[in-house]
Amino acid sequence: MTPQFLETVTTRANAQIDPSLHVWGFEITIYLFLGGIVAGIFILAAALELVSGARPLSRFLRPVPFAALALLSVGMLALWLDLEHRLWAWRFYAVFRPTSPMSWGAWILWLVYPVGLAWGLGSLGSEERGVLRRWVPGVLRSAFEGILAFADKRRRSILVAAVLVGTSLGLYTGLLLGTMPSRLAWNSAVLGPLFLASGVSTGAATLLLLRLDDAERKTLVRWDAIAIGVELVLIVLLFLGWATSGEAGRFAAHSFLGGPYTAVFWSLVVVMGLLVPLAMEFLESRRHLRFVVIVPVLILAGGLALRWILLAAGQASSFRLLP
Amino acid sequence: MSVTKKRYAMTVDTRQCVGCKACVLSCKAENDVPDGFCRDWIVEDVRGEFPLLAAEIRSERCNHCSDAPCVKNCPTGASHVNEGGIVLVTHGKCSGCKACIAACPYDARFVHPKGYVDKCTFCLHRVQKGLKPGCVAVCPTGTLAFGDLNDSESDVSKNLRTRRWKVNHPESGAQPNLFFLL
Repeated sequence: MTPQFLETVTTRANAQIDPSLHVWGFEITIYLFLGGIVAGIFILAAALELVSGARPLSRFLRPVPFAALALLSVGMLALWLDLEHRLWAWRFYAVFRPTSPMSWGAWILWLVYPVGLAWGLGSLGSEERGVLRRWVPGVLRSAFEGILAFADKRRRSILVAAVLVGTSLGLYTGLLLGTMPSRLAWNSAVLGPLFLASGVSTGAATLLLLRLDDAERKTLVRWDAIAIGVELVLIVLLFLGWATSGEAGRFAAHSFLGGPYTAVFWSLVVVMGLLVPLAMEFLESRRHLRFVVIVPVLILAGGLALRWILLAAGQASSFRLLP
Repeated sequence: MSVTKKRYAMTVDTRQCVGCKACVLSCKAENDVPDGFCRDWIVEDVRGEFPLLAAEIRSERCNHCSDAPCVKNCPTGASHVNEGGIVLVTHGKCSGCKACIAACPYDARFVHPKGYVDKCTFCLHRVQKGLKPGCVAVCPTGTLAFGDLNDSESDVSKNLRTRRWKVNHPESGAQPNLFFLL
């Protein structure tokens, strides 16, 4: 008979490390959630215009780039609050480290702002531009007009840039966790696309909370349903990946199949956050029913739960817990 | 004459270690490690079924991995590979993002109360003066040995040639340099 493993005693009791790693808390969950929403908004709102070829029809969609930047700023504030050495935050921008997804992320975040501003300014109608002109100080007026002219002239390129920047933002948040080889429940390349798909879905949910034009709404509901479908497939792939990667994968999968995160993951993320809204969106498109608030709220809650649960499960899974 | 680069490593003799924690105390004193934290620690694994028990006692610390995930994941370059392959953190560059802590397969890092991430340095300040690391210098049972893997006459090279050994979690792919003699 193989000797039974009995117990491990360690003298180490470092704060945030023992008994289980807990270095990233609600601040990072909020950042990942808001980052995903912003990525989704950038991709979807820009794609809506690229596909239709016309400026946003509904009044509420025009200032969306600015609202997305405001949301991202809240997320970055949460990220900054999580830093232990906050005054050294500028160090992220003193160097580019190609092997660190966090370094990629820092520079992607820096790119999001100019693209969002150019996109947002170009989206404004003549009346809104008139209001802005009155606010711009005289010395900056010619620069402001130059930016407006650029935003109008290069509209299509800016929209493509918004889609690309949004995709990078959505992907990197997942890859950031996926490249930590020591956290068994994060150790999967699927996390990047999964967070991107979830970002697109939560971005669509946020946009669907606005009073949109009928055609815009219809397209967004369809795209959201596709994103949810992709998310479900990616979750299956995540589990398949774990099932085929030995002891470490088995431990990671167990967290969600019988382990401590089983109930919350399957109920909040899969059923309430994906399957129920997908069914309701199907009803909306086939039966001409309208779920104006409930579907977006469920999707947003599911997206938040996905990040919260994966963040916690990853930190709770470590090589040292393997026999 | 060609000069071979140094590759520092440590061996821990699990047949000699009695878990006296002299290495832990020595490290705390030598490196002024704040209260409630430690850069090295003792792990005691007990296997078997009473009365047939087997215990393994290990003095553990940062593994100064040759392919260190902490260095790869550091976004500011604060975590870096120094002389002799020793992995260090430049305090003035560390933003305390904790990516290195999450990336470390050995949970060997912690956030110093001053805000930067801290860990074992193999006592590089002593090694540069020709001294042994603090933990090695005080070990009363001769459990710990430190030296250059590229020097065939060093204690660690001899230990690895003459004894059976293992590393913790080789599956992490980090190529650790803390060897446990069996």
